[in-house]
Amino acid sequence: MTQPMKADAVIVGAGIVGAACAAELAARGMQVTVLDAHGIGGGATAAGMGHIVAMNDSPAELALSAYSRGLWLELAPQLRTRDAFVRCGTLWVAEDEEEWQAARALCAGFAAQHVAAQLLDAHALHECEPALAERMAGGLLIEDDSIVYAPAVAQWLLQEGPDASRIELRLGARAVAVDAGSVTLADGARVKAAHVIVANGIGANALVPSLPMQPKKGHLLITDRYPGLIRHQLLELGYIKSAHHASGTSVAFNAQPRPTGQLLIGSSRQFETTDPAVEMPVLAQMLHRAARYLPALPTLNGIRAWTGFRAASPDGLPLIGPAGASAPGVWLATGHEGLGVTTSLATAKLLAAQITASAAPIPYEPYLPARFARGVCHA
Amino acid sequence: MRDEHAETLRVTVDGKPVDVAAGATIVAALAMRAGLAGTRQSVSGMPRAALCGMGICQECRVTVDGRAHVLACQTLCRDGQVIETGRPR
Repeated sequence: MTQPMKADAVIVGAGIVGAACAAELAARGMQVTVLDAHGIGGGATAAGMGHIVAMNDSPAELALSAYSRGLWLELAPQLRTRDAFVRCGTLWVAEDEEEWQAARALCAGFAAQHVAAQLLDAHALHECEPALAERMAGGLLIEDDSIVYAPAVAQWLLQEGPDASRIELRLGARAVAVDAGSVTLADGARVKAAHVIVANGIGANALVPSLPMQPKKGHLLITDRYPGLIRHQLLELGYIKSAHHASGTSVAFNAQPRPTGQLLIGSSRQFETTDPAVEMPVLAQMLHRAARYLPALPTLNGIRAWTGFRAASPDGLPLIGPAGASAPGVWLATGHEGLGVTTSLATAKLLAAQITASAAPIPYEPYLPARFARGVCHA
Repeated sequence: MRDEHAETLRVTVDGKPVDVAAGATIVAALAMRAGLAGTRQSVSGMPRAALCGMGICQECRVTVDGRAHVLACQTLCRDGQVIETGRPR
């Protein structure tokens, strides 16, 4: 099979990361083909919360998430109602004195990097979110954090963005192999391009040998509409601890007010499973945790629960750059774990800077896949 | 044996008192109050009414004593209950 025109770049994966990369390369004048085995934004992009959040587990994580959050705030005025972008802010909730101290440390860490953050004492926290349990010790409000409906934005970037005319989208096209100049599809067809980019989340493990990513399963539940019950994306500060359990099942309180008035409730993390079934014991544990923070939760109607798989790298940072010796000439944009929506726009900038050998807006070295190459020491 | 008066409950539907027999569902009280048991407005603003009567269709959701999205067809009236519909008025 032949193509009418050879693209400059072919991207495997039409999720938020692949879509952002396509839009960025198209903006730089490239002709881009995007392939997806299913539909637009149907993988982790649709399964996640769409929380755009500055995270500071490491300086590199804060640099990437804060820069990317700025890109989202710039993009937001162009987005449609259905993209559901809301700058609702994140409210990190401290349950006790220890977590209050963690909130203060987090605040100082953000301030040092010019990320606006505001400490709230117990009284101010209650004023801010009356639905939270009264015994909470305080909170940290990050006003510029936002939410978005990422599958819709992926569609906008691919089909309606300013340079969408240079993006060719091929859905139902499952990639089975990649090399420096082409992608081979399940039907045997080859899609050729000067640059091949693998951006299909955990699916990248099947295309590029010896990637260090593990699937990290998560559950979410959405409720009926209760407008005004909560106002910010609410997370427990314990999330910072529980999110980093390297094995086993963990849950943490995470609740988002959708623009519809619905509540999106998370979160859970499980390793060593690829079964997408909703597991009632895990869902129950997750909701029990959430009810500890939101006492009204058990009186609400949950209408749907689902799961998804984060592509988790060993150090929690994404893989943005050349795949290296295991797939010479192939580019990677994957391994975003739970921050793919947040960091998608920055990922696209950093990848495009490398592909076009132009100046990067922030250093891209911390995210280079080469850090996992055999023989490279990564503390 | 309870007398006949004890079998009557009074609830409030959209601010108006409605007397119902003990054992009546909220959807019955709505029908007594409004005739056609209008319950809510859809997200796009269409008037909705109870349909299946067996807790499946979700069209009979009303607010009961401040709690939103209670299924009127699956909930029995209690004396003093405050029922609010979201139907167009």
